[in-house]
Amino acid sequence: MTTKTTRTTKADPTGDVRLTGIAKTYGAFTAVHPLDLTVPQGSFFALLGASGCGKTTTLRMIAGLEEPSSGTVSLGDQDVTALPPYKRPVNTVFQSYALFPHLDIFENVAFGLRRRGLKSVKKQVEEMLELVQLGEQARKKPHQLSGGQQQRVAVARALINHPKVLLLDEPLGALDLKLRRQMQLELKRIQTEVGITFIHVTHDQEEAMTMADTVAVMNAGRVEQLGAPTDLYENPRTTFVANFLGTSNFIEAEVDSKSGDEIVLKAGGGKLVLPGARCSAPASTGGRVLAGVRPEKISLTHADDAGEIPVGRNRITGRIADSSFIGVSTQYVVDSPVCSDFEVYAQNIDRDPRLVPGAEVVLHWNPAHTFGLDASQDADAGVEEAV
Amino acid sequence: MPFVNWLKRKLVVIAGLLTLGYLLLPNVIVTVFSFNKPKGRFNYAWQRFSLDAWKDPCGVSDLCGSLSVSLQIAVWATLGATLLGTLIAFALVRYRFRARGAVNSLIFLPMAMPEVVMAASLLTLFLNMGAQLGFWTILIAHIMFCLSFVVTAVKARVMSMDPKLEEAARDLYAGPFQTFVRVTLPIAAPGIAAGALLAFALSFDDFIITNFNAGSTVTFPMFVWGSAQRGTPVQINVIGTAMFVVAVLFVLTSMVVGNRRNRQKA
Repeated sequence: MTTKTTRTTKADPTGDVRLTGIAKTYGAFTAVHPLDLTVPQGSFFALLGASGCGKTTTLRMIAGLEEPSSGTVSLGDQDVTALPPYKRPVNTVFQSYALFPHLDIFENVAFGLRRRGLKSVKKQVEEMLELVQLGEQARKKPHQLSGGQQQRVAVARALINHPKVLLLDEPLGALDLKLRRQMQLELKRIQTEVGITFIHVTHDQEEAMTMADTVAVMNAGRVEQLGAPTDLYENPRTTFVANFLGTSNFIEAEVDSKSGDEIVLKAGGGKLVLPGARCSAPASTGGRVLAGVRPEKISLTHADDAGEIPVGRNRITGRIADSSFIGVSTQYVVDSPVCSDFEVYAQNIDRDPRLVPGAEVVLHWNPAHTFGLDASQDADAGVEEAV
Repeated sequence: MPFVNWLKRKLVVIAGLLTLGYLLLPNVIVTVFSFNKPKGRFNYAWQRFSLDAWKDPCGVSDLCGSLSVSLQIAVWATLGATLLGTLIAFALVRYRFRARGAVNSLIFLPMAMPEVVMAASLLTLFLNMGAQLGFWTILIAHIMFCLSFVVTAVKARVMSMDPKLEEAARDLYAGPFQTFVRVTLPIAAPGIAAGALLAFALSFDDFIITNFNAGSTVTFPMFVWGSAQRGTPVQINVIGTAMFVVAVLFVLTSMVVGNRRNRQKA
């Protein structure tokens, strides 16, 4: 009895999207490997991955535009796997918007309502056009609007039907950078306002991180890791995730000893400390792990001042190979014995004029920022896919 | 050198006007001679202005009868060819089936084959089948050769259509029928209309295939050909001019409607 009440009060399961063992194969090619995924009602969920990773296919299976080779799609208690797209309470914002060129903006937005036999659509359509700030454009044809406006029409046309889930297939891909940032905030605002579950497919990791509550990183038809953006960024469990979301430096190291929740690693003659909780690989003494650290966590000190570095920090020596001034920060590439191109981003607060290419430096960081990964994987996985 | 400079600047305009003149001169002659009052049976030399032929366009026996036959055949051939052609075009663009490539090239054959060859083979076919030559054989022949033009026109349009539009319609609660009627058809309409106009024009003025397969039925082009042997009544020019005026009016109306629609949008 108690479990039942907690379930209904905690999260209403009527709106969750549940994919169970869903897979898609085209002949010998597997686009999506059997996949289990639950998207809670009202969340902003992102499917992130490079092109061809199966994210769009997954989305289209939820929409009903693609038939899964196996597995089921459920919306709340309802199994919708066998339902055609026009019978699913799900709407899509297409990558190319797919606005009907022969209908004006008003009729584009009213399309879904009219197909469901609603007679008086005027009020609803006008309200929806107000929500996306296009009230003035109702009688124009799609080709007369700018890219950003067309994008908003596509969102309005889907949202007006009050779907249980709104699917967004790379909706901002065709917009320029500035407009994309603006639309990201706009979409986030709309989602908060209407409270509908959004499932957003994108290859842009920044877009996924700024907008979504939960991100699923997909690679080669599988979900590599799922979690909140900060969790994915700080605790990547595979090199693909570590490289696809931002930049990571990897040091191949040997496990020297374990004491309590600290793992001591041996790399190029030096010692590094890794928190046990942040190591996703089995770390037995003598085994190998990849120790990762993000470029912005690292501090750079000229070798002459090495004595001033506080004790207890992980440190590595090297020589600056390259530096580029970005404005807010300077990006250094450091050649070190343990890793040939160590990336370091330093905020331009107090710039040390001695830090120029050729200078001998010490890299140091708080051991808590180190993460450990299985050494058997390719340290460069996901580097090329990231944009 | 001012003249040379003037010529350089206006060259495009002059060339354009000369081309237009080249295109329109025959129509001007036809129109002018529709107001002629010829001596004798041949309307080849200008005599004097007269409205006689315009007042009595059906004054020559069989002329209006043949015109009516031609119009009827053109209307039915257009309907038949447009309906079948549109279906074929959709099938060829949308579906992958066995012999699709073969059908794609076979459809072009009537366009590529010399008309006189097709006319003769059709006649052979009809005679062997024991068909009675006349209105129906003409209609069947016309639908056949109009078909390829309609398919070509509609296919171009359907190919340039974003299949995502139909997905969007299905996603927005339109079943297969609604999707076709509300999205596919309206977007394909310009291609279908172009195909239909082409079919009408081709059917209306076809002579060779019609002449072979007409039996005792006489269409307008056959009438003109036949009368040209014995003399050319002014009424032929009248009908020709009227057709030209109707076509020009048609084009002008569609331009005006299009412009107005564009202005409303802006």
